[in-house]
Amino acid sequence: MPEAAAETRHDDYPNAYLLGILNGVRTIAMVGASPNWNRPSYFAMKYLQAKGYRVIPVNPRAAGTEILGEPCYASLKDIPDRFDMVDIFRASDAAGGIVDEAIGIAGDKGIRVIWMQLGVRDDAAARRAEDAGLQVVMNRCPKIEFGRLNAELSWGGFNSKVISSKRRRVSLS
Amino acid sequence: MARKHVPEEPSGGFGFETRMIHAGAQPEPVTGARNTPIYQTTSYVFHDTDHAASLFNLQTFGFIYSRLTNPTVAALEERVANLEGGRGATCCASGHSAQILALFPLMEPGDEVVASTRLYGGSITQFGKTFKKFGWQAIFADFDDPENVRKAITPKCKAIFCESLANPGGVISDIEALAEIADEAGVPLIVDNTLATPYLCRPIEWGADIVVYSMTKFLSGNGTSVGGAVVDSGAFDWTRNDKFPSLSEPEPAYHGLRFVETFGDMAYTMHSHAVGLRDLGPTLAPMNAFLTMNGIETLALRMQRHCDNTQRVAEWLSQHPMVDWVFYAGLPDNPYKGLQEKYLPKGAGAVFTFGVKGGYEAGLRVVESVDLFSHLANIGDVRSLILHPASTTHRQLTDEQRQAAGAGDEVVRVSIGLETVDDLIADLDQALHKAAGEVDRAAE
Repeated sequence: MPEAAAETRHDDYPNAYLLGILNGVRTIAMVGASPNWNRPSYFAMKYLQAKGYRVIPVNPRAAGTEILGEPCYASLKDIPDRFDMVDIFRASDAAGGIVDEAIGIAGDKGIRVIWMQLGVRDDAAARRAEDAGLQVVMNRCPKIEFGRLNAELSWGGFNSKVISSKRRRVSLS
Repeated sequence: MARKHVPEEPSGGFGFETRMIHAGAQPEPVTGARNTPIYQTTSYVFHDTDHAASLFNLQTFGFIYSRLTNPTVAALEERVANLEGGRGATCCASGHSAQILALFPLMEPGDEVVASTRLYGGSITQFGKTFKKFGWQAIFADFDDPENVRKAITPKCKAIFCESLANPGGVISDIEALAEIADEAGVPLIVDNTLATPYLCRPIEWGADIVVYSMTKFLSGNGTSVGGAVVDSGAFDWTRNDKFPSLSEPEPAYHGLRFVETFGDMAYTMHSHAVGLRDLGPTLAPMNAFLTMNGIETLALRMQRHCDNTQRVAEWLSQHPMVDWVFYAGLPDNPYKGLQEKYLPKGAGAVFTFGVKGGYEAGLRVVESVDLFSHLANIGDVRSLILHPASTTHRQLTDEQRQAAGAGDEVVRVSIGLETVDDLIADLDQALHKAAGEVDRAAE
């Protein structure tokens, strides 16, 4: 069954798939970004900015203000610039609508990736996005995955599942 | 309904021996150092004030102060977490501090932990006496019948605690049955896996939620370093009930941050570092972390030889005329043989007890008469070790507690090392003969 296969595929992602996305993406629209400094979305946005990504916050309640130096927009289509990835920081039942909005403007904005946060999953929406040619990640946090795949998560005593004797290049930042 | 556990491949697809050498230890990127450096430093320089603030707010990964995290200790933590199939690990100064750290995110004053009567004697004392000072109540039950555990659970119970393979009794816990009872009660099952190590048994694969270690024993392996570890499976949902406010409710010391909401399946290990190690302070020294990591690199080889030697010694002792009984789960007539085959199929470990004919006096004489065995209070060394628990490690216990823990008067505990097994047998043989002679003379 193709549906079952799709669901299993989204249970776990190969490191190379996630690295390909994280290394290829430069600009991220974060739907559900919070101006409140102790919310998880603020943590993730700040971390991704520090790693060199541009993160554009999307949150109707904070539209017109700035979050971490970036103007906040009410919806994806309001963002004037192009962006590579949509990071959905909303409950699972809100994800489908955001995915459909993103599919509608994907060609126009250059969207290549739909990423749903830890705890957010909508298999039907994922299928629609993949049918439209987008890459999908669900139930993961890009901050945690970036940290895991770049050996930073290991600093907190976590199992990165990364085994390698290659010497990583240290970038200047 | 029983949980489905760890569907995800915890190992990244690599075998145990590969992971015991490589997990947590990629080459150091700045210098290329192949072995993990000993980061003998207390503190770490910030890029700027914003970076410092991000670190203190737990918004980014990194190091602040070695009471909380240290790169050498972190490498060991990842290795232990990986070998156990867990999400993360917190290493600490000793096995005893690991037990406090493991319970700390779960317990409030007045709460209870249901623990096995077969726990190592030092643990019985810590749980039964010292924990009372925190307002934590240990309810001891005979875990041989899991129904006893079910009956001991009250609404105040926050955890169930046992050893996979108990010290010194050689008792094996039915982890799968206990995990089901813990799940029904909505509390985590904590398993002390010190004597088994992840080479012989991985409790998380049987449904345990948290695994604790005295790394002092087989993980470091050479008797060099005292240390402990707490491994979290990442599988327990701390928001499934209102029993665990430290993890599910706002944390005042971090401006109302909710650990589960912010860190997901990393919440328990984050809390153990950011609150547990921060405020209780039982930090593992980087040097000890380094030595323990070196020990783990040969874990599979050592544990298999430990088990093979122990099986030989136990079989030989069980035929010895001066030995009353031998209690080792690797022997065919042992009541735990079935559980051993299920949970520790590669071997029953290296620690067991035997009863010397002649009781307390004879037990004392044996430990004083050995020459190659070391008479000391430790287990899990490359060297063979021997002890008379009733007069040493289990001295603080009552007679009933000693019997329950398998540490009666005549009991001698051995931890079989990696020496030539025939030499170990010869040493025990001469000691048993000497002891029998002295007891006979005393009787005349």
